[in-house]
Amino acid sequence: MADTALLGTEVTALGTTLHSDKETPDGPRRGVRGFTPRQLFDLGGSLVAATALTTLLFGWFLPLEGPIAWSAVAFLSFLGLYALMVSIDADRQEVTDRVVTVLIGSAGVILISALVFIVVYTFTRGSEALFHPNFLTQTMQFAGPLDPLSVGGILHAIVGTLIQISIAIVITVPLGIGTAVYLNEVGGTFARFVRTVSDAMTALPSIVAGLFVYAAVIQVITRQRSGAAAAVAITVMMMPIVVRSADVVLRLVPQNLREASYALGSSRWSTVWHVVLPTARSGLVTAVILGTARGIGETSPVLLTSGITAALNMNPTSGPMISLPLQVFDFVRSPEPTMVARGFGAAAVLLALVLTLFLIARALGGKAPGELSDGQRRRALEASKRDEQRYLARAGRLDSVDAEFPVPTEKVTR
Amino acid sequence: MTLVLDEAGLAQAAPDKARAIKVLPGLTDRVFRAVAYAAGGITVAVMVAVGLFLSLRAGSALQVAGLSFLTTRAWSPEKQVFGVGAVLFGTVTIALIALSVSLPLSLGTALLLSEVVGGRLRALLVTLVDLMAAVPSIVFGLWGVYFLQAEIIPVSLWLSTTLGRVLPMFAVTGVDGGPLADPSAFTSSAFIAGIVVGLMVVPTQTSIMREAFTRAPIGEREGAYALGATRWGMIRTVVLPFGTGGIIGGTMLGLGRALGETIAVYMIISPIFDINWQVLKTGSNSVSALIALRYGEASDFGLSALMAAGLVLFILTLIVNFTASSIVARSRSGAESNG
Repeated sequence: MADTALLGTEVTALGTTLHSDKETPDGPRRGVRGFTPRQLFDLGGSLVAATALTTLLFGWFLPLEGPIAWSAVAFLSFLGLYALMVSIDADRQEVTDRVVTVLIGSAGVILISALVFIVVYTFTRGSEALFHPNFLTQTMQFAGPLDPLSVGGILHAIVGTLIQISIAIVITVPLGIGTAVYLNEVGGTFARFVRTVSDAMTALPSIVAGLFVYAAVIQVITRQRSGAAAAVAITVMMMPIVVRSADVVLRLVPQNLREASYALGSSRWSTVWHVVLPTARSGLVTAVILGTARGIGETSPVLLTSGITAALNMNPTSGPMISLPLQVFDFVRSPEPTMVARGFGAAAVLLALVLTLFLIARALGGKAPGELSDGQRRRALEASKRDEQRYLARAGRLDSVDAEFPVPTEKVTR
Repeated sequence: MTLVLDEAGLAQAAPDKARAIKVLPGLTDRVFRAVAYAAGGITVAVMVAVGLFLSLRAGSALQVAGLSFLTTRAWSPEKQVFGVGAVLFGTVTIALIALSVSLPLSLGTALLLSEVVGGRLRALLVTLVDLMAAVPSIVFGLWGVYFLQAEIIPVSLWLSTTLGRVLPMFAVTGVDGGPLADPSAFTSSAFIAGIVVGLMVVPTQTSIMREAFTRAPIGEREGAYALGATRWGMIRTVVLPFGTGGIIGGTMLGLGRALGETIAVYMIISPIFDINWQVLKTGSNSVSALIALRYGEASDFGLSALMAAGLVLFILTLIVNFTASSIVARSRSGAESNG
């Protein structure tokens, strides 16, 4: 945009100097974004006309019913009317351009409204259960399917989710970031192979991960479903996500920072620990949080591995331990309306958890590697001021000892 | 003379030759390398373990079923009659319906984000699309079952009565071959599952396509504008050709995710073990839904059969994903050399 604008003004200036007799510049400047009032009028008018036309048609002529069909008919008539409006004083090219722009825009509108609708729908249906405070503080141990919403809750599922995801994070963070560091800082043929394999691992269907843990861990080692087995299944799903996004973040660390560190004589390890990882810190945290948000919502691997229980179980190594997504799944299998309401309540809690994690990740991850917050910048400034004082003090001391060489010539011990 | 002198000079200079650059890493570095190597190794080991375990445990079932495992349309391991013919068909049907929903949406959204909107609105929309990728599949499933199903049935009914006569896959017929108009014949169909899965894979596709579109070189864009192209003309002649790899790769990555989606499909469909060409009609199945449905009651041999099904699904998604990422990678390198 900026380039085009610049180009436009240059041409104008050239035009006026060469043909000073010409009053107007070489035609109006072309804008490729934004709307003119005329276009807004076209859009608004077509929208109103399409709504009216569809309402008229719908009851009388079309053998259709339901809001989805109504929207579809309204959309099509809107497109037709809009094309007609634009074609009043525009050529074919411009009509196509306008209609395609509307199509592109409506894809975005449909997508975003689907997202907003899904979120709002879940919270609305879930509010029925969430208004009962016991829903977050009790378990389902003493609540039957016919009990009202004032009895029973999902405390056991919340605790289960937190325990399982904590175990998964404890395994994933060192392993995932370690792998990403290996891919970027060590490299080599095997690293390329590891990258290919971890890319392939993102293709692993979640149910297959669950099946693997069921066959490899539960049937061979633990002999029972448990929270730990579910955590392993979640880890298998989270690992590739964390590895891939951490890999991307580490790749964004400027190469000259690494080279500066090596030039100062530091080892590979101290370069990684003192330069690469701190530079990429916010991005790495984002990678872990996004992986967590994905892992926390996984249902199918947990379905096969954690087992279903209505009681609170704090021990991940023995006995079934349910988590939020599985609890939702279990609730809505029952035809009872109160159980379905509980299912939506649990889904709302799960969604709130995921949204919170996502917002934290966005708040932290908005910065590029090496970009500092205000506090960090202030601290860095203070540290460098202290360093300057120290250098000056030392230089002053050396000055008094040996005035011929004001440059500090301290012996470098290495 | 000079030559000799030179040679003498060289001989004298010989001790001054370039020193060999040989780095001996210290202890911490060696430990660091070993630990990083181990982390990478464990990642690979987990992956290999998944593949090996699936293959080994699937072995006993595959030995019994042989190649007919891919074509048999029944699932009774206790009677030694089982195969993924029907479920594989269902998986692919649902994934294709999902793609036909997600492709226009993701293509449009990606173009919107890269070409039409800018500034803060773009940042907000990108965040929302990323957020959609983080919404758990069970939430999509709930929405599909409790909201979408009731709303979409009139549409299915209309599609089957108007298009059903022309396109047999949209027809919904009863046992006697006559068309059905009862709304209950349209519930729990592959069509509904496909729409929900389609919405779930849109964010993946959008982000890959958007990345490819924004990489279309600025010179060609301005060239198109300078020749008098409209924005759509510019998109058609510059952005889309440069983004072809991204479109294909992103679509296939979405396909890979759609093939493996479990819980939303499981909640929506009513499982059958037959090939149902009528996508609007009740009853479909998928490999992942089959595993979720049958793992609990499975005997040792039954589990082996499920492992075989999981292996088939895994190989399928692996092929799709590798093809996709190689297409994306190739289009990336091409864009760089042109830019």
